[in-house]
Amino acid sequence: MAPTTGHSAALDFAQPEPVDLSSGKYVKLWQGPQHPGITGNMSLELTLDGDTIIECKTHVGYLHRGFEKLMEQRSFIQNFTVVCRIAVPEPAFNEYLYAAALEAISGVESPVRAQWLRTLNLEMMRLASFLMWIGGQGGAFGQYTVANWTLTYRDYVLDLFEEMTGARIYHMYMVPGGVRAGLPAGFEQRILELMDNTDKLLDQIERVMYNNVVFKARAKGLGIIPPEMVDPYGVVGPNARGSGFTRDLRKDEPYLVYDQLDFDVISGSAGDAYERAYLRLQETRQSVNLIRQCIAGAPADGPFQADMPNMLHWKVPAGETYVKAECTRGEYGYYMVTDGTEIVRRVHVRGPSYTHAIAVMERIAVGTNIADIAGLMVSLHTYPPEIER
Amino acid sequence: MMSELLDRLVRDFAVTDITERPPAITTLKVSKENGERLIRELRDREGFTHLAFVACTDWIEDGLFRLIYMLHNYDSKQNLGVHIDIDRDNAEMTSIHTLWAQAWTYQRELREMYGINFPGSPRLEEDFCLEGWDDMPPMRRDFDTVKYSTERFGHREGRVSLEPRDHMQVQLYPTRGGDK
Repeated sequence: MAPTTGHSAALDFAQPEPVDLSSGKYVKLWQGPQHPGITGNMSLELTLDGDTIIECKTHVGYLHRGFEKLMEQRSFIQNFTVVCRIAVPEPAFNEYLYAAALEAISGVESPVRAQWLRTLNLEMMRLASFLMWIGGQGGAFGQYTVANWTLTYRDYVLDLFEEMTGARIYHMYMVPGGVRAGLPAGFEQRILELMDNTDKLLDQIERVMYNNVVFKARAKGLGIIPPEMVDPYGVVGPNARGSGFTRDLRKDEPYLVYDQLDFDVISGSAGDAYERAYLRLQETRQSVNLIRQCIAGAPADGPFQADMPNMLHWKVPAGETYVKAECTRGEYGYYMVTDGTEIVRRVHVRGPSYTHAIAVMERIAVGTNIADIAGLMVSLHTYPPEIER
Repeated sequence: MMSELLDRLVRDFAVTDITERPPAITTLKVSKENGERLIRELRDREGFTHLAFVACTDWIEDGLFRLIYMLHNYDSKQNLGVHIDIDRDNAEMTSIHTLWAQAWTYQRELREMYGINFPGSPRLEEDFCLEGWDDMPPMRRDFDTVKYSTERFGHREGRVSLEPRDHMQVQLYPTRGGDK
């Protein structure tokens, strides 16, 4: 049975003692901040003993654009052009949560059809992001063929995003009160065809990448997150599920129409990079299945937008909320405070990478071979923009 | 269950301002002195083992920073936001870096962005996002972004600045001259 809590007071959070570099026994090496793949622009300051990492410090700030400050100076609707840029591979979660936070504070409820379309959009986003991730994980271990396959299929999903929303990356599709449009003619057939092909692709990837002896040898046993580390380090999403936790916000605190969809929470037990990689492959398949369910369940007609006030002069009542959704990396959340004016008082974006890329990475990188650090970074699925906001 | 817990917190920690907020969070306020003790109690005895984030809202007109610690109980699925008001001019709060491994990162960010001190928190003085920042902590509401940008980067020929709201009104209602 999966553990219900991973908290242990016995874990030591103390920072390591400084390494004596003047001894000449150690080498300091920087991994990044150049964008090495899908891990984004961040850098790891590594201290090596031979080729083994004995200390790791994460440095962020290369992508800081002051989004949260910017939002405090723009009207509510203008912030839609800001929020989607916080996580490039998954802008939809930002759009949804920003809209959901505003709806929670102002008491607006989006129509049923909009909720189905939002769920469809979020699952398409999850699929696109996981496809990119699989390619990144393969690439980090030298399997570039897989990356070419998955990025091609991600582009096919982006084609469908373009049909659905008018844009490939920054869709700005989910707005307060609903979504901007229904589905275009013939969309259902095209997405179902793509899902059938994606299933075949994922089978091929499993054979080529996951059964590959080199991938297995390098990923198994790498970057183990023990269960007792999960809660003290705030580990969420596939990183926590890979260590035996059956936690998924789509099940635990259902939002949109997830309570009407048929799926189980997938979890593993080994807690290493291979387990997390295989879990994400299964969740990619699950996402394909959920997209099919959304297409079957979404009402063909009906309103997709609630009646809303003039967006240019929308005064949201004073309030506060925290809304969250299960993104590909776990709990993604928006904390919002409003003061009754036309401008938001405070938005705090909570991204899973905040702990995965810093506290967790700095701990589990120790003892890792330098050749595996890129694979480990991808394995934790880090997005620096959501740390820096 | 939640009401029993809240009654106990009122009695033992003098919490106030208990508010249910949609979609599913409860917020409460506790004094700075009782803050760390309350959070520790919630983690160790009440099952709020998940720290989702620590954030700050600047209420400059009231002269205070409001810290929020968002906690979650995985078993009961409850979300609890703990508010702690601290003096804006002497911004300091007890560190919780011994409770969660990611807490010191949040505290390091709050130090950089708001100038809040957390005595004893590791690597507090290290730059987080802003390398070599020597101005007012930028998330404070009295930090003027336009002034900073103008002074730091100067004027560039051909660069036009538009007030976003006025610009959008003209864009959306051109025939009415940006009618409000």
